[in-house]
Amino acid sequence: MYRYDSYDQSIVDARVEEFRDQVQRRLAGQLTEDQFKPLRLMNGLYLQLHAYMLRVAIPYGTLNARQMRKLGEIARKYDRGYGHFTTRTNLQYNWIKLADAPDILAELATVEMHAIQTSGNCIRNISSDQYAGVSADEVADPRPWAELLRQWSTFHPEFTYLPRKFKICVIASEEDRAAMKLHDIGLKLVSRDGQVGAEVYAGGGMGRTPMVAPLIRDFVPEDEIVPYLEACLRVYNRYGRRDNKYKARIKILVHELGVQEYKRQVEDEFAHMRELGLNPPVEELARIRLFFANPAYEQGLSEEIDRADPAFALWVDRQVAAHKQPGYAIVNISLKPRGGIPGDASAEQIELVADLAEQYSLDELRVTHAQNLVLPHVKKADLYAIWQKLDEAGLAEANLDLITDIIACPGLDYCSLANARSIPLAQKLSERFADTGRQKELGELKVKISGCINACGHHHAGHIGVLGVDRKGVENFQLSLGGSGAEDASVGQITGPGFSEDGVVEAIEKVTDLYLAQREEGERFLDTYRRIGMKPFKEAIYG
Amino acid sequence: MKILTGNDLGTGDVIWWAGDGWSRQVGDSVDVGDKGEELARSEEAALRVVGAYVIDATVTDEGVRPAHIKDRIRALGPTVRPDLTLKPNDADAGNWVI
Repeated sequence: MYRYDSYDQSIVDARVEEFRDQVQRRLAGQLTEDQFKPLRLMNGLYLQLHAYMLRVAIPYGTLNARQMRKLGEIARKYDRGYGHFTTRTNLQYNWIKLADAPDILAELATVEMHAIQTSGNCIRNISSDQYAGVSADEVADPRPWAELLRQWSTFHPEFTYLPRKFKICVIASEEDRAAMKLHDIGLKLVSRDGQVGAEVYAGGGMGRTPMVAPLIRDFVPEDEIVPYLEACLRVYNRYGRRDNKYKARIKILVHELGVQEYKRQVEDEFAHMRELGLNPPVEELARIRLFFANPAYEQGLSEEIDRADPAFALWVDRQVAAHKQPGYAIVNISLKPRGGIPGDASAEQIELVADLAEQYSLDELRVTHAQNLVLPHVKKADLYAIWQKLDEAGLAEANLDLITDIIACPGLDYCSLANARSIPLAQKLSERFADTGRQKELGELKVKISGCINACGHHHAGHIGVLGVDRKGVENFQLSLGGSGAEDASVGQITGPGFSEDGVVEAIEKVTDLYLAQREEGERFLDTYRRIGMKPFKEAIYG
Repeated sequence: MKILTGNDLGTGDVIWWAGDGWSRQVGDSVDVGDKGEELARSEEAALRVVGAYVIDATVTDEGVRPAHIKDRIRALGPTVRPDLTLKPNDADAGNWVI
C-alpha cells in the first residue's frame, strides 16, 4: 500500500488546521452559512436530513488495518456507532457535530486519511478494481495509476472549480468490477506490443442523463496518460455547460459535440501539452510502484479447503474468488445481511474486519462500489477461521452478486436530496428473496436502488433498477430492466408506470418468475432480458 | 398552519420553532403565520439555527404533522433505525411518516 511522504502529510495536516479555523469562525458568527458552506463541502462535511454528514475518502477503496480501526473508533467516539460504505467506496458518518469535525479530520490525518475531494466540482476520489493487484487477469496493477492520479488531482489549481464534479476510474482487467464506463473518464490499462498503456473512455455517468462512456482513444502510452487526461479535462473545463447545472457534466459535452469532435479537440490540446513537456516525472511513478510490489507471499501453501461444514462450503462457493498467488484467495465480505441496511457496518464490525485484515490479509482490505468489503490476500488454510469470525459478527452472508446483494443509496431516510426511501425497499426485497436455494437458482442478478434521479444507488446500471420518485408527496418507485455496470455496460429501460413500495416488490417477483420460465441454459437474468426484450416482462408486470 | 424548522448550527440536530425558542420535538411547533421568513433570518443571525425554512403542517389527534414526508422523517429520525429516532421504544413509529 502507498504510504504518505512528508508532502502528503503536510498538506493534509495544513488542511485540517485551516478547516479548524474556519469552523471556529463559523461558530463565532464571523462567517455566514453562505460563506462557510463551500468551505465545509471542500472538507466533505454536508448538512443532511438529520445532522451534519461527513464523507471520508477511501482512495481507490484501499485501507490498511490501522485506517479501518480508526474508522470504527470515530464511529464510536463521534457518531452513533456505525458508518455507511457508499457506492463511491467512501465512508459516511451520519451524525456529526460541527465542532467535532476538525478533531475527526485530525484523527483521520494520523492514519493518512482525509475528506478532501469528496464534494464539490473537482476531481473526486479515484476509483479502481477491488481485485487490483491480486487478480490473475490484469494487464498491470492499476493502483499505482490510481495513486498517481490522486496526487495529480489533489488541489490541482486548474481543476478545482470544474463545471461539475468529475469521477475517474482505473481498471486493468477485461472483467470490469468497478463500473468503469459509467465514470466521467474511465481508463483501462492494456498491453500493446509489450508496452502498457490505456484505453480512454470519456463521457460516461449516471444521474438524470445516464450514458455509457464511448472509447475516445484506444491506446495512450503509459508515460502520456496524465497529459492526455489533462487535455481531456482542459477541453471540458473550457466548454462544459457552466450555465446549466443539469447539463454541466462531461457526458453532455461529449454528447453535444459528438465523440469525434470532442476527441479532435482533445488531440489538439494533447499536442499542445506535449510541447509543454508536462509529463509527470518517471521517477515518481517508479517511487509509487514500489509501494504496490507484491507482498511477501508464502510459498508452497496448500490449495485444499476443508468443506465439511456445509454453511462454510456455501460461503466459499459464493464469496471467495481466485487469487493470482497459489495457496491464496480473495475473500468478499457481504455488507448485505438478511433484512439489513446495505453498506452499513457497526463500529464493532469495522474493527473486526480491521483485525481480520491485520491477522489474515497482509494488513490490507478493500471497499467495493457494491458496498461490500474485500480481504485481498487470504491463505486458503485460514478461510474457515475467518468465516467463523465473520459469522459470529453477522458478516457471513453468502450472496455476492445475487438478488439480495442490493446496492441502495441512503435515500430519504438520511439524504436531503432524496425523494423516496431506498433502504426499506432493499430490506423488503432482502426478506422476500432470502431463501438461499432460490437466490442460487436465480443466479447473478444485480438489483440497484436510488432514492432520487442523482442515481447514487446506480439504478441505471442494475439488471433490475429501481428509482424512487415523489408523486404528490407520496413515494413511488419506477422499475427498470437491463442495465449493467460491468464490461457489457448498458443503461436500463423503464418498464412503465411506477409502483408503491409493496407493488414494486411484487413486480420484481413477476420479473424473476418470467426469467426462470424463459431462460435458456447458462443464461443470466441479463442475458435472457437481452434475448427476449422488454415486451414479455411488461406483459408479466402489467398484465 | 405554517411552522419553522431548521438544524441546530452546532449539533446539526433537527429543530422546530416553539414560540420562545427551539425544540427537538415537532409537537412543540407553533404557527408562525407570515413571520417565518423574518424569524428564520433573525435566528440564523443569532447562530441558533442553520438552513431554516417554513413548511406547511396540520394539527392532528397525534399532534403537529408536517405536510411532506421528508419533513415527517426529519421530525422522527431514520425509519430504518428505530433506535435512533425520537421514539426509540416504538418499533412502529416509522408508520407515522407514511
